Amino acid sequence: MAQESGMFVVPQTVGSVLCCKCGIPMAPNAANMCITCLRSEVDITEGLQKHVIISHCPECDSYLQPPRTWIKAQLESKELLTFCVKRLKNLNRVRLVHAEFVWTEPHSKRIKVKLKVQKEVLNGAILEQSYIVEYVQQDHMCESCTRVQANPDQWVASVQLRQHVTHRRTFFYLEQLILKHDAAARAIKIKQMDQGIDFFFSNRSHAVKFVEFVGKVAPVRSRHDKQLVSHDPKSNNYNYKYTFSVEIIPICREDLICLPPKVAVSLGNLGPLVICAKVTNSIALLDPFTLRLCFLDADQYWRSSFKSLLTSRQLVEYIVLDVEVVSSEVTVGGSKYVLADAQVARVSDFGKNDTIFSIRTHLGHLLNPGDYALGFDLYGANNNDIELDKYKGLVLPEAILVKKSYEEKRQRKRGKPRAWKLKSLNMEVDDSKGRTDQERTINEYEEFLRDLEENPELRFNISLYRNKDYQPSEMASMTDGEDLPSVPLEELLADLDLSDEEEGDDSMRE
Amino acid sequence: MATRLMFENSCEVGVFSKLTNAYCLVAIGGSESFYSTFEAELADVIPVVKTSIAGTRIIGRLCAGNKNGLLLPHTTTDQELQHLRNTCNDHVALTHTDLDKETEELIADVLGVEVFRQTIAGNILVGSYCTFSNRGGLVHPHTSIEDLDELSTLLQVPLVAGTVNRGSEVIAAGLTVNDWTAFCGSDTTATELSVIESVFKLREAQPSAIVDEMRKSLIDSYV
Repeated sequence: MAQESGMFVVPQTVGSVLCCKCGIPMAPNAANMCITCLRSEVDITEGLQKHVIISHCPECDSYLQPPRTWIKAQLESKELLTFCVKRLKNLNRVRLVHAEFVWTEPHSKRIKVKLKVQKEVLNGAILEQSYIVEYVQQDHMCESCTRVQANPDQWVASVQLRQHVTHRRTFFYLEQLILKHDAAARAIKIKQMDQGIDFFFSNRSHAVKFVEFVGKVAPVRSRHDKQLVSHDPKSNNYNYKYTFSVEIIPICREDLICLPPKVAVSLGNLGPLVICAKVTNSIALLDPFTLRLCFLDADQYWRSSFKSLLTSRQLVEYIVLDVEVVSSEVTVGGSKYVLADAQVARVSDFGKNDTIFSIRTHLGHLLNPGDYALGFDLYGANNNDIELDKYKGLVLPEAILVKKSYEEKRQRKRGKPRAWKLKSLNMEVDDSKGRTDQERTINEYEEFLRDLEENPELRFNISLYRNKDYQPSEMASMTDGEDLPSVPLEELLADLDLSDEEEGDDSMRE
Repeated sequence: MATRLMFENSCEVGVFSKLTNAYCLVAIGGSESFYSTFEAELADVIPVVKTSIAGTRIIGRLCAGNKNGLLLPHTTTDQELQHLRNTCNDHVALTHTDLDKETEELIADVLGVEVFRQTIAGNILVGSYCTFSNRGGLVHPHTSIEDLDELSTLLQVPLVAGTVNRGSEVIAAGLTVNDWTAFCGSDTTATELSVIESVFKLREAQPSAIVDEMRKSLIDSYV
């Protein structure tokens, strides 16, 4: 600084002094002793631990962090190094500069870590020294492994997730949400049941956490019970099994609902015929004739529960003959709608008779004459819904369109793999029901995948992974690229795959 | 010859004694051995005086003197003089850089020396970080070569950077020296001792030779 300002500075040459012990010339330092003498004089690693015994669970390859935490770590991993360094006592007396593993044979049950430490010695000189700490692994099975070894089916809490509907669509979606948030990581067993899934946990708090998670992503009501397994009155220990019963509202996206009069009134005379537009921890109800959107949360729903009039499984395909837009484009709840008058005919009727319906639809922006659309056939439906009977003088429309159909275009693509795939939970499936049930499940899953393709909103919360088997053919993309909805490549995640073989292959390709 | 000794388990012997060519001051201590070491070495050449200054035993730090005279603090009441930290041989003196003019004149008068305001390796307490006699001097180990040259030009004696008491850089606290003998703390290593003996030229020095020389000059001046 002085030099920058142009000041004259006397040059300072560091002289040499003799080391006070051995007498060799050296640059003066705080101890005025050469490094060799300083080393022989003081050992800064004195009092630091050089041998440590650590508990290691051979089953799950984890290490005990006292008092009770088990840390999963692989040999020579960063986590293990952190763990090893943390286990050393008195290390705060010195400053740790560097730590690394010294390779040891894995079967030797020894881990060696080379540490480099610094410490101030003899009036201000800082000495650096490296030394090796040897950790002896003592095999000791962790609590959870002991329990699993004793009886793998032993559970303390179970969560019974149910939705009383005829299809499993909700559970496919929920499975993806659970995977994305890793909510069921602590589950020791997952079992697919009729109309639901059972989750088993080894700890009550894990189950409670899971139930809370489900409550955040789906409209549910839950109750819990406990059953006394054993108790020890002397030490006041009680051993319970806990069961959480979680019921999801039996209404799904794209269901047609006839609201009970009370609910309709409380929502400001909505409907009464509404479509369920979206299900999160509340359900969004859209009136397709007025484009009004209302949200109903789980509490409100269970106060006066209702069922859907027609479900998305009962959709009928229509062909659009004419569309006449009535209103301009409206954005409701994040999605665009245009109210329109349309003339439609059922595809099953088309070319056989002249049954044509003039209806009002909220899909004016999507539909063009000649398009196919899916809708509820109220004309042909045979309803015996109590709620519907309560409305006297309600004129039912002949059809309510719900979504555009891409069936025609999809047929060309049939049999080709998708560019993406989903992960699935490791679930136990009860195979006793027979083949028809399996086929139905496969069909439902295919429908779910299509739903994902068509709805970016639905994809938003779940992780799609790149399908390695998929090789896009240019020919196909040339002909098919019109407007069949698909998942853009940039939304896909590369699947993390740590197997050695795969890695080798990848590097070969590169 | 340099002698290693201790004052009541402290190696900072320079603090508790003051050695010049004409007299030696020693602090009053609980143990006689400190005094007797000086006595054994110097008794037949110069007087060894047991004393305290301003009621304290740290006489080496509280006074400055040579064969011509001795500067003492104005007792404890005068705080100003307590800060007086200077060092000298029989011809030149180094002082604290902020010393006032009158004190400087006083030093020149009493000790009969030329006074230089200096620092040693950036330290203003020159009295603590160097020791020199009429034959040589030892300074703080961090003193740069340029500083060493400048100081030895001023003092007209050879200087060397070094340590006492096993690496201690507070030279004057661990070492008290005159033209033929030195006393240093018992922690001082053989290497340090040999540096001290060589720079202060203690090996060939004999008290009688020097005192004789002194007497000759005295006689010369009288004659």
